[in-house]
Amino acid sequence: MSTPLLETDGLTKRYGSRIGCAGVSFTLWPGEVMGIVGESGSGKSTLLSCLAGHLASDAGQIRYRDRHGETHLPATMSEAARRRLAREEWAYVHQNPRDGLRMGVSAGGNIGEPLMARGQRHYGDIREAALSWLERVEIARDRIDDPPRAFSGGMQQRLQIARALVNNPRLVFMDEPTGGLDVSVQARLLDLLRGLVRDLGLSAVIVTHDLAVVRLLADRLMVMQGGYVVESGLTDQVLDDPQHAYTQLLVSSVLQV
Amino acid sequence: MSDYNFAYLDEQTKRMIRRALLKAVAIPGYQVPFASREMPMPYGWGTGGVQVTAACLVPEDTLKVIDQGADDTTNAVSIRGFFARVADVATTQRTVEASIIQTRHRIPETPLREDQILVYQVPIPEPLRFLEPRETQTRKMHALAEYVLMHVRLYEDIARHGEIAKSYAYPVRVEGRYVMDPSPIPKFDNPKLGDCPALQLFGAGREQRIYALPPYTRVESLDFEDYPFKASKPDQPCALCGASDSYLDEVITDDAGSRMFVCSDTDYCRERRAAGHRGLMAAPFEDDADAELPQ
Ligand SMILES: Nc1ncnc2c1ncn2[C@@H]1O[C@H](COP(=O)(O)OP(=O)(O)OP(=O)(O)O)[C@@H](O)[C@H]1O
Ligand SMILES: [Mg+2]
Ligand SMILES: [Zn+2]
Repeated sequence: MSTPLLETDGLTKRYGSRIGCAGVSFTLWPGEVMGIVGESGSGKSTLLSCLAGHLASDAGQIRYRDRHGETHLPATMSEAARRRLAREEWAYVHQNPRDGLRMGVSAGGNIGEPLMARGQRHYGDIREAALSWLERVEIARDRIDDPPRAFSGGMQQRLQIARALVNNPRLVFMDEPTGGLDVSVQARLLDLLRGLVRDLGLSAVIVTHDLAVVRLLADRLMVMQGGYVVESGLTDQVLDDPQHAYTQLLVSSVLQV
Repeated sequence: MSDYNFAYLDEQTKRMIRRALLKAVAIPGYQVPFASREMPMPYGWGTGGVQVTAACLVPEDTLKVIDQGADDTTNAVSIRGFFARVADVATTQRTVEASIIQTRHRIPETPLREDQILVYQVPIPEPLRFLEPRETQTRKMHALAEYVLMHVRLYEDIARHGEIAKSYAYPVRVEGRYVMDPSPIPKFDNPKLGDCPALQLFGAGREQRIYALPPYTRVESLDFEDYPFKASKPDQPCALCGASDSYLDEVITDDAGSRMFVCSDTDYCRERRAAGHRGLMAAPFEDDADAELPQ
């Protein structure tokens, strides 16, 4: 835990005059899971998209240290270089599996694609990796040639996670990975995610409005409101002893459910 | 009377096409947009190739036109006739005599030379089109050289069919950079694309794209290490000339459905027979009808 993996400083993104996120500064350490919570429209997805390089920020800085110890400023990199960095170091899990999967391509092809994108050219090895990842996300091996269309929502999300992790990313961005799923399916997915994060020693930034998700997965927490981070700290501390009025409201409204 | 310019197109149009051709040669495999003109024939007839040929022709040229390897199909005959009329150039059916060869769906079997130009008629120039219909996306993929979709497709082929099923328009990587559609030639022809002494030009009329392979360009057919590209063809010799190294068409010979395999390159087959080669079903060659058939 000697040097930070990801650091932001005053990260800001506006949509015209509307604030997406503003003045976000934080540090993510290797192996750490950061949760981002807040109500709808508070800027969680905007922040995550800026971090992952899907959106260009208007102000502020992002620094990322890669596996070779080299520091990158994604905002100043060419698109080709930024995409290469993302391919080699990061993964992104979308709320809707349709956004993270190729629905017309088989499960094996979906898992294999990131490998092929990094130059893997041995069919047998790609297939082996796909099979082993299917198993890891609890999808039967004999579904390898089925398209995601033929999968349930929970299976699709697990497939998306396999596709995201097959390249051994160091940092995973997840936007509501359990959103849109039945409660029982959510629980199973959460279990799976927790196991993977622990086993692989992943660093992650997870956006959710579900406090149970952060309770289970996140080491630290940032609470967003109106585009700003209003409170941050260790997950248990923030949830058990919220300081900011908004966080108190958020926590109590969950407790009431 | 001729109320059109040499080779039909006006000089300004030819200059525009030549500029596109020069750019295409400078960036092998890159699709250069050009303002395709109306030609006095339907798009399916290779108006892109016709415009490229028109822009390259000089009065001293000898033109050969093939369609699926044959000089005598309606398409080939009319394009050849068209240029004989509007450019008054010599025409030939012999590959060795031609300085420009316009082709649809084949590369001649006879090795090409440095003083020859091969012009391909291209229906769909974008190799990523069937995988990604959005032009903005395919452009970005080319710009960033992100071609993983091609391999995803090959992966799917192997997963589904046990092998790479694509047998025509088999995608290639040019000089390690651009992925290119070689037009619907059989994959048997792919090895002839690379390291070829002749200049190869590709014209797509409807899609308004021109691309090129300069002489001696490195061209690799996409594949996997454990499923390497194979330039396959029917595993038998030509029934007429006995060639075992040429691409074969299956032809039905009578109403009972009897079939035989013959060279798709009619010139190659004829030259071989003229040189005395015989296949199992060969009629005696017209020039030496006395020659003995093999046992
Ligand atoms: N593409 C866009 N154009 C204009 N405004 C946008 C755009 N995307 C988001 N916004 C606005 O930016 C603010 C933050 O939105 P964002 O999607 O980041 O919120 P969120 O916290 O992810 O919400 P949710 O929980 O509903 O996903 C909102 O006011 C939103 O309306
Ligand atoms: Mg969101
Ligand atoms: Zn023959």
